[in-house]
Amino acid sequence: MSKEKLDIPDYNSLFAEERYVQQRANKKQFEAPCSEQNTAEALAYSKSAEYMEKNFDRKAVVINPHKACQPLGSVMAALGFEKTLPFVHGSQGCNSYFRSHLSRHFKEPTPAVSSSMTEDAAVFGGMNNLIDGLENSIALYKPEMVALCTTCMAEVIGDDLSSFIGNARIKGVITEEFPVAFCNTPSFVGSHITGYDSMLKGILSYLYERSGIKASPGSGTESGEKLNVMLGFEPYTGNFAEIRKILEAFDTQYTILGDHSGNYDSPATGEYEYYYGGTKLVDVPLAANALGSLSLQKYTLKKTQDFISGTWNQPITAMSTPLGITGTDKLLEAVSELTGLPVPASLTEERGRVVDALTDSHPYLHGKRVALVGDPDLLIGLIGFCLEVGMEPVHIVCSNGDVDFNDVKFKDEAQALLDSSPYGSEATLYIGNDLWHMRSLLLNDPIDLAIGSSHLKFAAKDAGVPLIRVGFPILDRHHMHRYPIIGYQGTLNLLSLIVNTVLDELDRNHSGFNYDLVR
Amino acid sequence: MRQIAFYGKGGIGKSTTSQNTLAQLATKFKQRIMIVGCDPKADSTRLILNTKAQNSVLELAAELGSVEDLELEDVLQTGFGDIINVECGGPEPGVGCAGRGIITAINFLEQEGAYQDLDFVSYDVLGDVVCGGFAMPIREGKAQEIYIVCSGEMMAMYAANNIARGILKYATSGGVRLGGLICNSRNTDREDELIMELARRLNTQMIHFVPRDNIVQHAELRRMTVAQYNPAHQQAKEYEILAEKILNNKMLTIPTPISMEELEELLMEFGIIEDEEAAIKKLQASGQ
Repeated sequence: MSKEKLDIPDYNSLFAEERYVQQRANKKQFEAPCSEQNTAEALAYSKSAEYMEKNFDRKAVVINPHKACQPLGSVMAALGFEKTLPFVHGSQGCNSYFRSHLSRHFKEPTPAVSSSMTEDAAVFGGMNNLIDGLENSIALYKPEMVALCTTCMAEVIGDDLSSFIGNARIKGVITEEFPVAFCNTPSFVGSHITGYDSMLKGILSYLYERSGIKASPGSGTESGEKLNVMLGFEPYTGNFAEIRKILEAFDTQYTILGDHSGNYDSPATGEYEYYYGGTKLVDVPLAANALGSLSLQKYTLKKTQDFISGTWNQPITAMSTPLGITGTDKLLEAVSELTGLPVPASLTEERGRVVDALTDSHPYLHGKRVALVGDPDLLIGLIGFCLEVGMEPVHIVCSNGDVDFNDVKFKDEAQALLDSSPYGSEATLYIGNDLWHMRSLLLNDPIDLAIGSSHLKFAAKDAGVPLIRVGFPILDRHHMHRYPIIGYQGTLNLLSLIVNTVLDELDRNHSGFNYDLVR
Repeated sequence: MRQIAFYGKGGIGKSTTSQNTLAQLATKFKQRIMIVGCDPKADSTRLILNTKAQNSVLELAAELGSVEDLELEDVLQTGFGDIINVECGGPEPGVGCAGRGIITAINFLEQEGAYQDLDFVSYDVLGDVVCGGFAMPIREGKAQEIYIVCSGEMMAMYAANNIARGILKYATSGGVRLGGLICNSRNTDREDELIMELARRLNTQMIHFVPRDNIVQHAELRRMTVAQYNPAHQQAKEYEILAEKILNNKMLTIPTPISMEELEELLMEFGIIEDEEAAIKKLQASGQ
């Protein structure tokens, strides 16, 4: 090894070098830019109350919506099963987006294939692409199951997955036994959470039906048949570890249906395999005989929940992401009720420690005004957490929030939750709005903290407020997804994330005499 | 519950034949029926409703902004013989994608549980199988029996053969079967024999020969089926027979479509197209 120090400048200093400054100036003359004054005026106008009114009247364009398309969720769901290859029936570009987007969040590879549909496939139908794709990908990547979803192109031309897969079997490309689960995921409706749900339901129903097992809830004797748990579209691998810790503390047997924590937290051993962990395929039909199922994203998992309570005739407890003390209490009560086991003392003790931590930080959080962005179930959890620590949600944007559970709209549940506490009285819910709306809100009705994904960073910067990264995707910070946000431990993580951001801000904005050692 | 579909060339009388037959099936055989119109023109239920359907699924969805905002009761209408009617609707001619519209509309009906307490669901589908969307009604779990409406005219037979090819694509991997050809007579020569022969070659049957009668047009002008307009008329009896044949139909087959050449030969055999020699002789005889 050379002893010479490598001089590797970071982005900020590299592009501040004279040659890059010059390069940008040279380029600019070809860009016919507005004058600096014009730009400054437009920027100032975009921050005004007058513009905000126009912004909220906006009908024909969506700017930076906080959601992704259906098959992105399907790919994540497919990766929750043992040796399962996600197969996207559509163009390569769609698949590249899912793979890169998921990989940028988890910092792990996303093994997924596409049927590479091009113009001729759009005209003649994608059957040949799908059949060839199945043959090639199974030969190359040797999965034990393929999980197929569609893209908009395949949906518009009406490709029929069921018959195409049947024809692939007739052609002998795949054997009669080889499992190919599938779902339709047109992204003209819904969002990534809809696609997650469709694929999970597709896999569960497919593996169940082909097993020939007749569901008889509570009859299971083999291991893993006692309680089913579904985390849904889960951006935190740490949350899987946390739910395992909780269930193991209960000493109950369980099956996690859809566990992508293996694929998205694989060790670097020098050898790359395509498949890590995941729910075992043989466990899926057995899960039909479990005592009951627990869903931790009730707005995401609508179709799956209906399938479990309907076809499997199984008791199911569905809740939103269990954040905070109250959220975790509910989770433990639900596990206790479904299994008949008491809440373990170790968790009660943990609860006490986290309550203690909350009171330690309380003076710094009380009355802090926050803006929230996220998926519906995460928002229910976050609102609950804010209210219990005395923070005041003010602006809440949910781009994919037009969903309901048991005929109650997400908006109504969230509003009722806000109404249940004096800390919720300042809040307004914006369903179907985007982050450009949020920018106007942050600028015109200031808050102290923004909580949401990396996509919120631009609006937060314009408004000069710190962003606390929670949810999906987190593209610009590392390893946050490895630490749980659910359970009492997750509550503690969330708390320290938020309170330390507040303290950082205090240090940064000190007024000369109060740069204190002790906070 | 049986799910059937009527396919056929545009203008062949698909909607007329299907509504007249279903009206008999409902009134004479007490079957509970739902008609799903899969034609952007939304005229598959006009004779049952005695008016053009007011609310098609897609029209309403476009108005409300999304299919998700629709309610079932907004689009289901009950008409003659207590037949339930729904029209998928679709875009104006020349724009958008009617095929996708049918997929969207049928998915909506399924999700909302429209198919309950019925003996028959009947899909009335525009034209040939022109794209994946128009094949939606014959996908797995949907229509299992297809009836092709045709006549002794060449293009109608050509379309019937094409539809048989579409069915074959789905029949090998799924359960869809051809129930028969319905000959809606155009009074062409040896029409019944010709369609029977075409049926034989397609490995199916001519389930019924519906003779031509102006009463059908008279009823249609009044937005009615014959069953409603003049139930005592002989033509009503014809549709009743067809209805009974469909009700008791056991001959459900995988079709064996024929080539274009074979179809042309068949037409020559029956003197519909003349061979070249005969055509030349004819020209000579007329002194040219």
